[in-house]
Amino acid sequence: MTTTPTHVISAGADLFADAVAAQAVDVTRVDWRPPMTGTESDLATVAADPLRRDANARALAAMLDVSAMLVDVAPASEVLGLERGQFLHAGPPIEWARASGPLRGALMGGAALEGLVDDPEDAVRLFETGDGVSLDPCHHHAAVGPMAGVVTPSMWMFVLEDPATGRRTHCSLNEGLGKVLRYGAYSPEVLTRLRWMREVLGPLLQRAVRGTGPVDVTGILTQMLQMGDEAHNRNRAGTLMLLRDLAPAMVSSGMDSADVAESLRFVGGNDHFFLNLAMPACKLALDAARGIEGSTMVVAMARNGTDFGIQVAGTGDEWFTGPAQVAEGLYLGDYGPDDANPDIGDSAITETAGIGGFAMATAPAIVRLVGGSVPDALATTRRMHEITLGENPRWTVPVLEFQGVPSGIDVTRVCRTGILPQINTGMAGRVAGVGQVGAGLVTPPADIFPAALARLAELTRSRS
Amino acid sequence: MSRPDTSASTSHVELRSGAYADSVTLLQVSRAVQGVDGVAAAQVAMATGLNIEVLTEMGFEVPPTATANDMVVAIRLAEGGSLEAALAGVDRALADANRRSDSTAEVAPHRTTATAARDTGDAIVLVSVPGASALVEAMDALDAGRDVMVFSDNVSVEDELALKRTAAERGLLVMGPDCGTAVVGGLGLGFANAVDPGPVGIVAASGTGCQQLLALLDHAGVGVTSALGVGGRDLSSEVRGLATREAMRRLDADPAVELIVVVSKPPADDVAAEIRAYADTLATPVSFALLGAGQPDLTEAAEAVLTRMGREVPTWPVCGEAAAPTGGTLLRGLFVGGTLASEAKLLAAAALGTDAGHTFVDFGDDAYTAGRAHPMIDPTLRLDHLARAAADPDTAVILLDVVLGHGAEPDPGTVLAPVLAAIDKPLVVAVIGTDGDPQGLETQVRALVGAGAEVHMSNARATRRAIELVQSVQPSQGASA
Repeated sequence: MTTTPTHVISAGADLFADAVAAQAVDVTRVDWRPPMTGTESDLATVAADPLRRDANARALAAMLDVSAMLVDVAPASEVLGLERGQFLHAGPPIEWARASGPLRGALMGGAALEGLVDDPEDAVRLFETGDGVSLDPCHHHAAVGPMAGVVTPSMWMFVLEDPATGRRTHCSLNEGLGKVLRYGAYSPEVLTRLRWMREVLGPLLQRAVRGTGPVDVTGILTQMLQMGDEAHNRNRAGTLMLLRDLAPAMVSSGMDSADVAESLRFVGGNDHFFLNLAMPACKLALDAARGIEGSTMVVAMARNGTDFGIQVAGTGDEWFTGPAQVAEGLYLGDYGPDDANPDIGDSAITETAGIGGFAMATAPAIVRLVGGSVPDALATTRRMHEITLGENPRWTVPVLEFQGVPSGIDVTRVCRTGILPQINTGMAGRVAGVGQVGAGLVTPPADIFPAALARLAELTRSRS
Repeated sequence: MSRPDTSASTSHVELRSGAYADSVTLLQVSRAVQGVDGVAAAQVAMATGLNIEVLTEMGFEVPPTATANDMVVAIRLAEGGSLEAALAGVDRALADANRRSDSTAEVAPHRTTATAARDTGDAIVLVSVPGASALVEAMDALDAGRDVMVFSDNVSVEDELALKRTAAERGLLVMGPDCGTAVVGGLGLGFANAVDPGPVGIVAASGTGCQQLLALLDHAGVGVTSALGVGGRDLSSEVRGLATREAMRRLDADPAVELIVVVSKPPADDVAAEIRAYADTLATPVSFALLGAGQPDLTEAAEAVLTRMGREVPTWPVCGEAAAPTGGTLLRGLFVGGTLASEAKLLAAAALGTDAGHTFVDFGDDAYTAGRAHPMIDPTLRLDHLARAAADPDTAVILLDVVLGHGAEPDPGTVLAPVLAAIDKPLVVAVIGTDGDPQGLETQVRALVGAGAEVHMSNARATRRAIELVQSVQPSQGASA
């Protein structure tokens, strides 16, 4: 029909928007700007792909439909089939020669933990020669790892499952802050703690989870977002909710009461403990969208300390990588920008799923920690809505009128606006063995989005 | 960015990488800077090929590294002028241009049509971004289930087909690309004349053709409820009337529409036949104004519509009188309206022959608008050519159009008048406008007549008059027509 429009959206010359307004009709003006250099033609090709709209709708729905239940805690050797000498790490694939300081440090500590060497320093030769050791991304094994993300066979893993499909994802147990393996530290105290986690904490959590029954991690995420956590750099409410669920079964596990008390103290004193559940919950959701032909949705963002890589629903398991950036933020003690390693870790999976930096507005308490102000935080979450396909009705932000978090990063929208995903992150020391030096904000290297777009365009052309 | 010593040169060119503003905004910025004391000439523009050409002609040297993504600021100072002040003027004008009338500063505006549509209820989408990006924005509209008008030109026919096929699958309407004019339920979009609602519905594969009909019907007292532009290529053998069909279907379904008029630049014959056959399946009668050799001109088409509706055909107004030619033999048509230019060319070809050297330039053509505002907004290029035509001893008569309505220049008559007054050749002007247009039809006509022009409301009548004047200096050639 040809009824009078009540509203006009105008993209382009303001003059035409003005002319509509002069006729007393409401106008929404799009603040259009040229896309990233050289992407016009690929953008048009992908926009015209007849598969795109439905593929993206399916990808978004698949991600949002997943619920993640914590169903078990068990060694990586059992649940991932890792064998002696096999090492998983964060980010896209990398070899020892290009590995950054913190990744090297974590691998060296991991080798000592597994008894491949007595002194972590001796592991350098092992990795240089590649004799009896192999490296592989966590993402290739249904797992995610924070920071260096190193996983060895004897480490205990959280096991998350989507009850509708039985699919599973995994993540190691969080070690706390400061001098820890995931930040590249490998001193004797680091290894002592990891052994205690292997001998005491892991088995106790296994009994507790098996005794309590599945724990609804997605549900806890829903609540913690309302309680001031963005589930990347702040997980305090989530950690306490997990303890609330597991503490009774831990106490009645029959294990030594001093060990139980120590475990409760360790988890309760580690505000990041829940991060290692948020991450695999996000991966579980995003993996549901993998391999959807024609979809431009990002299903993983991950860094290995050298490269930043993304994977996209419509491009299979291909990684699009560029140099990882150094975060901007605040430093611990005397550390400064020269001490920081480029961005590292699989934890950007939280942003990929719409929390972390994307949900900054919900976590005013961490805004300063990552070097921002409250208005910046609100603006950041709003800005991320410009590059995402939709909202998550389950995860909402009270201060934004309970608007759902921005969900499903769209490669085309990033190329069109030049707005890069905002990531909240910790910073590891550049030198192996140092540990954490700060926390801050970082974005992916811009070039990887046009690269992914070019591949999507190539696939589109091959279909037509 | 380092700026050169202000005393060292009177000509200044700088590139601003990563800065962007649309061509209309930059036109306003350029004008504001031209008004700064001590500035002799100023041009702020994106460094597209055409704009570099314009800047070069103005005597500026644009660095060879400039790309279409760079903004060029070019300033020539008058004696004693201050570059400092001129550049401050640039920055001020750019800042002013970015200031929105509604000050919802807290919430950043949407960056894509997709997100704007997500937060907006039932809306129609108007896309006027550069052609290479138009498909992407327009596809957002279709994805959100909205009709879209694509004003942008320089859009490939492949992109047009992708949009129109998608729209056809979803029952949506794509007006354009290169759709200059639409009236949807009384709301004018792009360049549209202000008309009263009424019994006529127009489907237009021609922007200024549509405007000519709107203006003539309005003068005859017949209102138009909707005029749906479909883009100049819609009736080509590639696009095959995809949008024309949907627009006709909608007008047929509108009980207010008693007669549908389809106006188009010369269509592909077989497509025209298909559309005529489709018209026969509709309940509402359809009149056709398909331009082409031997076909009725737009004014005759408007007269046929009036007759078909049982209305009287009025006398189309003429004001002023062109002087007699004093030399030269050629007709120079300088148009902002593409269809008006084609109409004039067709009429002249019939009367004067095709290879006689008469020229009909359409400044709205893609070649003149890549990275530049449409001549209905930015008169610079036409004014430049007008001066050249006036100085050319071969020119016998100059024929112009002035198009009024929403979106067009706020006061074209005042801009043209001093230039026309200085020309000693006969001037015939077609003014396409209505009494309701924001520029004021009467004011515009008065300014043009005052500058010595003979002003017609009908482009065809203006053209015939110009032909007559040319023939008066070469009677032997005109006799055969």
